[in-house]
Amino acid sequence: MTRVAWLVATKDLRIEARSRVLLWQVLPFGVIALLLSGLALGPTQAGKSSAGPGLFYLVTLFVTLLMINRSQALENAPGTKASVATLGLDPAGVFLGKALALTIELWITGLVLLAGSVLVLHTALVGTLQALPSILVTLATLAAAGTLYGALTQGGDGPATLLPVLTLPAFAPLLIAGERSFSAALHGGALWEWWVIVVVALVAYTAVGILLYGVLEES
Amino acid sequence: MPGDQVVVRLVNAVVMSNGFPLLSGVDLEVERGSLVVVTGANGAGKTSLLRLLGGLDTLTSGAGDVAGVDLVNGDLRLLRRRVGWLGHEGSFYADLSVRENLVFAARALERPLGDVETALERVGLGHRAETTTKQLSAGQRRRLGLAWLLVRRPELWLLDEPYASLDDAGREFFDRLLGDVLAGGATVVVSAHDPLRSNDLTPRTTHMVGGRVSTS
Repeated sequence: MTRVAWLVATKDLRIEARSRVLLWQVLPFGVIALLLSGLALGPTQAGKSSAGPGLFYLVTLFVTLLMINRSQALENAPGTKASVATLGLDPAGVFLGKALALTIELWITGLVLLAGSVLVLHTALVGTLQALPSILVTLATLAAAGTLYGALTQGGDGPATLLPVLTLPAFAPLLIAGERSFSAALHGGALWEWWVIVVVALVAYTAVGILLYGVLEES
Repeated sequence: MPGDQVVVRLVNAVVMSNGFPLLSGVDLEVERGSLVVVTGANGAGKTSLLRLLGGLDTLTSGAGDVAGVDLVNGDLRLLRRRVGWLGHEGSFYADLSVRENLVFAARALERPLGDVETALERVGLGHRAETTTKQLSAGQRRRLGLAWLLVRRPELWLLDEPYASLDDAGREFFDRLLGDVLAGGATVVVSAHDPLRSNDLTPRTTHMVGGRVSTS
């Protein structure tokens, strides 16, 4: 399982490095969305507003959806699916590999957006750095859940546009927990309680993915 | 099953998709080490038959076993590891290079990486090994598909219209390759619009009409 996971993750990351979709399409979109959020708040309100963490996660949600679709599209290109299916890869390993690659891509995107939120939304640098561990775990959980739901919407005949609708119930608690822990790091409050929710969700989605990804692939 | 001389056995095989019959009662036997060419017009069910044999589609009714795997109750994932598939769309990650695609397949199946270089030279793509796959011509993509199968070394080769996009030299090369594959003991099922033109290969030709085998 770990051998296949490593094989799939390195393949996805190599494709991303080669195609530069993340660099030239996803990141500019995220930065522009963050910039517009800052403009909506206005220069005088941005630093005082408590909306910074929420806006950060809203933009993160948009780029996450883009990247999940991209990750699944790699496997569903014409002809690729049948050829790769005949390799008989362990589906648990495929899930872990795709989730790992997506996690790394989301971490890169998240770090850029986090720097942007300090600059554009004027979130406090120290508080933002304190929130970093919880943000990284939240992004990993979004990647695990997104890999599962991405396979559900793109693996069969379901349209990819279903992805935002299907993921909303799964992502909402994660985004709320992530936003609350980010806010707690900035303004004080219960940081760890929210973090625990995200860690439990990460373990749960990973376990479900390992067990069920094969069923989703077959469907 | 090892020792079984029949690699493909289908009895009244029916495959439905969204209520539409892709295969409507196919009976077929293919012996180990043989070459079968499935001919027929567009929509006759050639690709659907190959997909069924590759474990890529499931039986709706009927019975069958392929490469020792029961199509009704068997492990289709195991079947897929035993077959090699060359579809007519191209079969690879477009953003990986030729070599990276083959290395991925070799690592997935735990084959020695030396097989990659051998396969590249065999299909004449050694000079394009670092080229991104999406930059290849259609004919070169077919050759990459064949290299992928050479690395795979499957016991049953399923080739969906392999002559498409190949020039005369490519067709001759392909026929020679098929001859070598058959001499190595593998079984090959090819779909094509027309019978093979090769003088060296002596295939059994099966004609399909409307999702059924009409003559064999």
